[in-house]
Amino acid sequence: MNEVPVTHILFVSTALFFTGMYGLFTRRNMITMLMAVELILNSVNINFVAFNKYLYPDKLDGVFFTIFIITIAAAEAAVAIAIIINLYRSHHSIDVEDAGELKF
Amino acid sequence: MNHYSYIALIPLLPLATFVILGLFGRKYFKTFSGTLGTLSLLASAVLSLVTAYQYFLVDGPVNGIYQKIIPLQYTWLQFSPNVSIDLGILLDPISVMMLVVVSFVSLMVHIFSLGYMKGEERFATYYAFLSLFTFSMLGLVISTNIFQIYMFWELVGVSSFLLIGFYFEKPSAVAASKKAFIVTRFADLGFLIGILILSFHAQTLDFNTLITKLTTVQSPEFISITSTSFLGMSVLTWGLTLVFIGGAGKSAMFPLHIWLPDAMEGPTPVSALIHAATMVVAGVYLVARLFPVFSMDAIALNIVTYVGLVSALIAAVIACTQTDIKRVLAYSTMSQIGYMMFALGVARQGGEEGLGYMGSMFHLFTHAFFKSLLFLGAGAVIHMVHSNDMKDMGGLRKLMPITHISFLIACLAISGIPPFAGFFSKEEILLASFNANKLVYGVALFTSGLTAFYMFRLYFNIFWSKAAHVHEPHHGEGTWSMKLPLIILAVMAVIAGFIPFAHFVTSDGALLETHINYLFSVAPVLLAVAGIGLATVLYKSQNGKPDAVAVGLGGFYKAAYHKFYIDDLYLFITKKVIFNLIGRPAAWFDKNIVDGTMNLMASLTAKLSVAIKGLQSGKVQNYILYFFGGIAVLAVLFIYIWK
Repeated sequence: MNEVPVTHILFVSTALFFTGMYGLFTRRNMITMLMAVELILNSVNINFVAFNKYLYPDKLDGVFFTIFIITIAAAEAAVAIAIIINLYRSHHSIDVEDAGELKF
Repeated sequence: MNHYSYIALIPLLPLATFVILGLFGRKYFKTFSGTLGTLSLLASAVLSLVTAYQYFLVDGPVNGIYQKIIPLQYTWLQFSPNVSIDLGILLDPISVMMLVVVSFVSLMVHIFSLGYMKGEERFATYYAFLSLFTFSMLGLVISTNIFQIYMFWELVGVSSFLLIGFYFEKPSAVAASKKAFIVTRFADLGFLIGILILSFHAQTLDFNTLITKLTTVQSPEFISITSTSFLGMSVLTWGLTLVFIGGAGKSAMFPLHIWLPDAMEGPTPVSALIHAATMVVAGVYLVARLFPVFSMDAIALNIVTYVGLVSALIAAVIACTQTDIKRVLAYSTMSQIGYMMFALGVARQGGEEGLGYMGSMFHLFTHAFFKSLLFLGAGAVIHMVHSNDMKDMGGLRKLMPITHISFLIACLAISGIPPFAGFFSKEEILLASFNANKLVYGVALFTSGLTAFYMFRLYFNIFWSKAAHVHEPHHGEGTWSMKLPLIILAVMAVIAGFIPFAHFVTSDGALLETHINYLFSVAPVLLAVAGIGLATVLYKSQNGKPDAVAVGLGGFYKAAYHKFYIDDLYLFITKKVIFNLIGRPAAWFDKNIVDGTMNLMASLTAKLSVAIKGLQSGKVQNYILYFFGGIAVLAVLFIYIWK
């Protein structure tokens, strides 16, 4: 069975990372931005798993890191959504352009 | 020695009164506070008398020498195994004598103030301060070590400051209290350095150990302190001189006397207590306490002698020209303390040589009674006339007979007319100075004549001179609480001289036999009588003679009237020299260099933040851009540059 070369997987994760980054920069809707952040995190997860498998197949450290990141991402999503809800209550909008008071 | 432990109560009772009256007096004991203060002090005074009785008469001397007893002593601050500051009680003849004097005079003043300060708005505060002062002064006299005396020394200083400035709505009182505080603080700096020098070389703060070590010629401490020298004087001389500067400041010795006349801004009973009988003799007490060490060093003793002598003479001359009755009394106090000082200066340790020491302590004892009597009498007069100036007085002898008689007794006592108290003590001082130094004797004799003159000038101006013109003699002489202390003190001024003082207080604790040599007494008494006679001629009735004399003396009278321009000299030095040469450059340095550095840093920060504040735009996407930009830069750094 032909192994999938590591570059393929890295290509996918890089594509995912820049998709996420593109979303983060262009979108003004906070929910969408949150989704973009999740994309970035997942690209990192893919990297971890891939390197773990191809470089140190007898170890599990990379997998553990992935699980940690998923957990933290869940917590982060909860916090972010709480912030978004509060923002909506006070500004009646979840557009980041509308929440620009905190500046010089 | 446990049967002396009740002595701790003597200072602690006034302390308790101070705390109670200070915290709750104005609210709860508005009128009762005076009685409370007086009662607690009555207890203290009785305990002091019991102590004196017990110490001098029941226990008495052991092998002909009065023992130094330390009934209580505990370590207060332990710095290292060798260095600690203790608090304790030291009983020896002079401290027991001072206990009696301080608590007795303070009791008289407390009673007198009941009438004098009646109706005062801050009556309770006044009694609280009086109690604080009494506590500090009693603590001072029973100190066992030099640091304890320093603490109480500062406490009497601060209570004196509070009481001088009691009428703080009067600008002159505020200025006077500030002046007293600054001058004595300045002198206390010398005292502190002196303490450090002496205790560093003696390796102890305790009086008894310190005196033993520094008077034993063979001891390593004595050798170390005398063999080191600084600017041509041995360190022992420096230490003692610096300690004496502290004493001179408190005791208003020339040239640090300028605060005492101004201190008369305080209520008159306060002047009687603090600035006549007790606090101002603290300097004399300090020198007497360290006298064995002073007696090892001729230079320090000479300084004490001449400072005392100059103060005695100058103050007596100034007193002849002043018209404010309290200022006359203030200068007279300074002059009498000068007497005590030079008597210590001409004394030596032990036996007949120690006559000056005994004379000084004796004079301190008798002076406390007649001088506080004079001040309280002056207080009664001021209460009547509502003025301090002798021009507003005259002919009061009919209106206030008790004050008149007691004032006359005090004047006779201070002039040294037998058989009043001042005669005996002054006689001892004159005899001691006659034996030691003829120059000192001559000046002392002259000053004693002057004393009689200015005291009777004061007396005639108040009670004789012109007819009384008090507008409304609405209150007679004042209440009984004002008359009673006058009577008691007058009795003391008569009988205090008959106490065989040499049997109790001497330089080495042994008995000293003194004989009144009547031939020797002729000169001082004749001079005093001459002084009184002159005052009678000039002041008994109003005439033009005093003015003629003043014109005749010309420049000298003017200089004396202006207190020999010493105040102006101080003002010149502080305002013109120190302010211009040190104060202004220092202020310039502070404003421009110190503040300038800080302002420069602040303005730089402000400018920088204005320049970069645009970065904080409030747009989340901008922040993300900075973030990823930073990451990219770091990545380039780590991957390509710091490989």
